[in-house]
Amino acid sequence: MPPVLELKGITKRFPGVLANDHINLTLNEGEVLALLGENGAGKSTLMNVLYGLYTPEEGEIYVRGKKADIHGPNDAIALGIGMVHQHFMLVPVLTVAENVMLGMESVKHGFVLDREDAATKVRAISEKYGLEVDPNDLVGELPVGLQQRVEIIKLLYRSADILILDEPTAVLTPQEVEGLFEVVRSLVAQGKSVVFITHKLKEVLALADRVSVLRGGKVVGHADPKTSTERDLASLMVGREVILTVPKEPAQPKDVVLKVENLEVMGDRHRMAVRGISFEVRSGEIVGVAGVQGNGQTELVEALTGLRPVVNGKITLDGRDITHETPRVITETGSAHIPEDRQRDGLVLGYPIADNLILNTYYLPPIASGLVMHANVIAERAERLVEEYDVRTPSITTPAGNLSGGNQQKVIVARELSREVKLVIAAQPTRGLDVGSIEYIHSQLVRKRDEGAAVLVVSAELDEVLGLADRIMVMFEGEIMGIVPAEQATKENIGLLMAGVHPEAGKEAA
Amino acid sequence: MSTQEQKATSQLESLARALLIPLLAVFTALVIGALLIIVTDDSVIAAFREGLGAGLSRSWSVIALAYGAFFTGAFGDVYHITETLRITTPYIFAGLAVALGFQGGLFNIGAEGQYFIGGLTTVYVGYSITGLPMIIHLPLALLAGMIGGGVWAGIVGFLKAKTGAHEVINTIMMNYIAIRLAEFLLDVGGPMARPGYRPVSPEIQPSAYLPQFFPSDPTIRFNVGFILALIAAIFIWWLLFKTTLGYEIRTVGQNPNAARYAGINVSKVIIVTMFISGTLAGLAASADILGVIHFMPNAFSAGYGFDAIALALLGNSHPAGVVLASLLFGALRAGATNMQGIAHIPVDITSILQGLIIIFIAAPAIIRAIYRLRGLEEGERLKLTRGWGQ
Repeated sequence: MPPVLELKGITKRFPGVLANDHINLTLNEGEVLALLGENGAGKSTLMNVLYGLYTPEEGEIYVRGKKADIHGPNDAIALGIGMVHQHFMLVPVLTVAENVMLGMESVKHGFVLDREDAATKVRAISEKYGLEVDPNDLVGELPVGLQQRVEIIKLLYRSADILILDEPTAVLTPQEVEGLFEVVRSLVAQGKSVVFITHKLKEVLALADRVSVLRGGKVVGHADPKTSTERDLASLMVGREVILTVPKEPAQPKDVVLKVENLEVMGDRHRMAVRGISFEVRSGEIVGVAGVQGNGQTELVEALTGLRPVVNGKITLDGRDITHETPRVITETGSAHIPEDRQRDGLVLGYPIADNLILNTYYLPPIASGLVMHANVIAERAERLVEEYDVRTPSITTPAGNLSGGNQQKVIVARELSREVKLVIAAQPTRGLDVGSIEYIHSQLVRKRDEGAAVLVVSAELDEVLGLADRIMVMFEGEIMGIVPAEQATKENIGLLMAGVHPEAGKEAA
Repeated sequence: MSTQEQKATSQLESLARALLIPLLAVFTALVIGALLIIVTDDSVIAAFREGLGAGLSRSWSVIALAYGAFFTGAFGDVYHITETLRITTPYIFAGLAVALGFQGGLFNIGAEGQYFIGGLTTVYVGYSITGLPMIIHLPLALLAGMIGGGVWAGIVGFLKAKTGAHEVINTIMMNYIAIRLAEFLLDVGGPMARPGYRPVSPEIQPSAYLPQFFPSDPTIRFNVGFILALIAAIFIWWLLFKTTLGYEIRTVGQNPNAARYAGINVSKVIIVTMFISGTLAGLAASADILGVIHFMPNAFSAGYGFDAIALALLGNSHPAGVVLASLLFGALRAGATNMQGIAHIPVDITSILQGLIIIFIAAPAIIRAIYRLRGLEEGERLKLTRGWGQ
């Protein structure tokens, strides 16, 4: 039997870039093929070629042994190929069933939408593949994990049997990732074939039947997840040995830089999100905040950086009360902030890199004197930082929105860590990034610590907190479950704290 | 080639690219306008009854007459060129007002109302103060127009910053208030009306006149206002792209969340942006009153406030683009007036041409399809695949 999908010699050029260089790829029926590669390796380009969004210069695509001519998503769908993009394409104000039938609506009496019929079909698909979701829920009110299910149901509704999932776990919490894996397993068990695009090594090992690794637009190797280790895959992907643990000396904490006392912060839904917590961060140490997302970490960071009002309690930065100060005063007191949502808060995507590098210092000398900004100073600074922080970009005038996620984050890191600061607050600093960028950003945070800054890292990735922090503070429902020194922390005891359970060992006064 | 030269060449190239679509849009609009002129002309229809040849030849002569008059009207001689530039002047001010708002993420539909209020304050200072030398009186009258328009728009900015009230709704409402207020003040017997039976303000003092370029020829109304408009355009360009305030305005416009993160006082910037936007709309009125008509009539508006939105869109919210778009609209208006006089084509044809040009520029795919220009870049098209979520 021929493979369900075969790509032969696919080549796609963009001005100045060879995004795909004679790529060959095979997908067999009923298997999960992981397409592993760093950001910019050409994974998404390849899948967009397959989906008809790009036309390749060379190469052929065979679907079930037959040569396919794909000129757009409609052709791809007709061939049974479906794709879930990183950014979902759903209408938030419509229900699940309405979203699913959008474009191929069920109708009765000629023109009346038949929501019942669509809902029934959605329910049938849900049950068959274990994709639990209520067809009558409004999509905008669903958590991200369920929205993703709706995207998958959309494809199944259109009878897709080759499913492409583009970085599907980038937006999910660990629990949601596990749920997605179960869905994928159930899909392949019933004869569907899945291409799983990712740069996360653990996921590949947990889910894939076969792995193809892309680097610099080429297939550089294949691997069998049963016999490979994370380290093998990482070096294949990056092209050199990769250090998966963060190399650092023991911390030498000195004076208290950030002091938080009985802090209470209101969440978006008029629910207290941070409930009277107290902690300190000292100069020369990294405190990691672990916890399942949505347990008050976001609100805590916003309160510390002046973006959200404090209801009760006190925040002291370097001896100064900043409880009710503006973001500007807090920044000037010596705080750097790597925000959780880099595209929403951290960057102006339409601005050139150079302008993004001065986002919170644009008014200070030597960048500006009075009202006048100095373009040459801004440009020189940008050239220096791009070089120093290894931002991969054609030029400093490239809009930030054109960069890959990793390079966007490097722009923020360069801006925040190149300043003289006493406190660094990094929220989800490596979310969605590839191994190379993660390694780099971690080393920069450690460097800042060793230079004497106090560092607070908030992350939903337990591995990141365990690898980076000198002390680990676990948040659960707005409270601190415990603060554990790194040498006593294990996945198990932190995991229990994250779940709201107090293990007797590792418990410490908050 | 040195890097500097390369930079200059690529800038030229991108300028040419930027101008290609607008030029083709104007050309296409003129072609469609020509068709309209033919099909609404009785003599052409009569000629076609005689035969195709006669019809075509009559069509040609009608179009030649109409567009001949049109181009003479816009650029024919000193009088017509200066008339084009005179009409361009308030367009530049009003277009800049809306463009600045766009840069700051604000849709100032209220340039019309700010124009009225700026007119009232400027004319009041112009006629009520006597005995001042020009060097003081003229700047004072200009300043009055700026403050009038600025405050009127600033109120909307304040409401948006403090209560979140949407500026589109409020600028529209403020337009009604401004226009009715002007009607009340200038109506016969009104507080600002001149004695007599005309609903107009008194004449302003000659010391508040904007100097004329051709004082010996009273038919030429081209005045220093045009230079002020160009200075305003350069100033706004400098403000937007070379100053910290401009950086703040653009940042708030493009990403208010990032602006807050950066420590920018978003409320303050919204108010300041609206205020400056209003001062420009007010200056449009000052230019008309101090430079051309020298009093304020009850029916003052020439629709500048609304044309200004089109100008800002046409000029891509860039001051240089606004100046070019204003020149185009100025020429269209001046040309159409002449075309009506000579070829008896209703002046409304300009509204149709303006409308077509804006449609073609707003939907460049039409122009690209007509002229078989290279389609959208793949990168551009990809944007369609970006949804919400995250």
